Amino acid sequence: MIEFLQHLGKNTRTGFTKLGRGSFFLLQTLSGILSVLARPRLLFNQMYSVGVLSFLIITISGLFVGMVLGLQGYYILSDFGAEETLGVMVAASLVRELGPVVAALLFAGRAGSALTAEIGLMKATEQLSGMEMMAVDPIKRIISPRFLAGFLSMPLLAALFSAVGIIGGQMVGSGLLGVDEGAYWSQMQAKLDFQDDIINGVIKSIVFGFVASWIALFEGYDAIPTSEGVSRATTRTVVNSAFSILGLDFILTALMFGDN
Amino acid sequence: MQHTNTQDTLVGLFVASGIVGLFFLAMQVSNLGSFTEHDGYTITARFENSGGLKVKSPVSAAGVKIGRVSAISFDPKTYQSVVQLNIDSQYDTLPEDTTASVFTAGLLGEQYVNLEAGGSDERLKDGGEIEITQSAIILEKAIGQFLFKSAEEKK
Repeated sequence: MIEFLQHLGKNTRTGFTKLGRGSFFLLQTLSGILSVLARPRLLFNQMYSVGVLSFLIITISGLFVGMVLGLQGYYILSDFGAEETLGVMVAASLVRELGPVVAALLFAGRAGSALTAEIGLMKATEQLSGMEMMAVDPIKRIISPRFLAGFLSMPLLAALFSAVGIIGGQMVGSGLLGVDEGAYWSQMQAKLDFQDDIINGVIKSIVFGFVASWIALFEGYDAIPTSEGVSRATTRTVVNSAFSILGLDFILTALMFGDN
Repeated sequence: MQHTNTQDTLVGLFVASGIVGLFFLAMQVSNLGSFTEHDGYTITARFENSGGLKVKSPVSAAGVKIGRVSAISFDPKTYQSVVQLNIDSQYDTLPEDTTASVFTAGLLGEQYVNLEAGGSDERLKDGGEIEITQSAIILEKAIGQFLFKSAEEKK
């Protein structure tokens, strides 16, 4: 019993210590962003590896998610003779929820794990300490550009995901199943609000991009510098990002769409 | 140098496609392209009961959407529902004796305000008030009345 309590206390303490280190790390990263803007080349390189390389998986997944929504939505809505509202269903679920969330989960899996592995390996091979020896701040040189790139890429990726998904839903809905194309778009435009739906979706994706980049970079920076430590850190990145994204999504949805 | 150039192009393409995606969502998917609330004028209508009318419910005349409900409030003196209607400025020829009614689209659809033009030569101006209104039909009330009536007839 005593052992259990000791164990519990120790774990709680390590948890809080890690959270504290993470917050301090975030502050350092944010303060390093200004110096990144002075050297945009670093940012472009990271935008390439974080954003451009995630482009394909995001658009293809978005297309298929939209197509599945079109198919399933059609089967359910046709029971009520309401196939024409398929556009509303596909667009609302993509823009409000699936776009930001699934894009963020894919982002954490595709780009986040790569960031953790890269930085963890840099730490394991003592490149980070090497930089410090040369009086180069690794936070400013390595971490901040990656953070900013992830933070900027995420809303773009989520918007692409939603847009491609809506087109995919239209392809299946009116191309395959015979929903009227005009009704698909006009019902969607009548029901979806720019402020309430689109902007809130973008805010969600910005928050997720912030959190996913933070977790990925911190886990890499905080990894135990061995090959096992890096592999564990990569796993933790994906698990913790998924938890935070889904948990935050619930909170954000309750805040944004709670009153209607 | 060649390598960084293609990379720059790809990053540029990525950012551009993301912005195009956002633009597509704003214009094609949401109502931003079709209707903006600012270029219009507001008129008031008082209903005994505005039913399930909501802010942003459509306002239509002869079946064509010409505006949106911009605010609904309760008047504590007359116990009426005060509904502000924002009408698109291109439809500024509504006569003063226009009738406003709360209708339901389909049997169970959403409720909207229907305007029926009268014969007056005077026009409704910004801040004007519609005098003749017809309340929403509350389905439960109508069914209740119907049941009551048929029970009376059986006696």
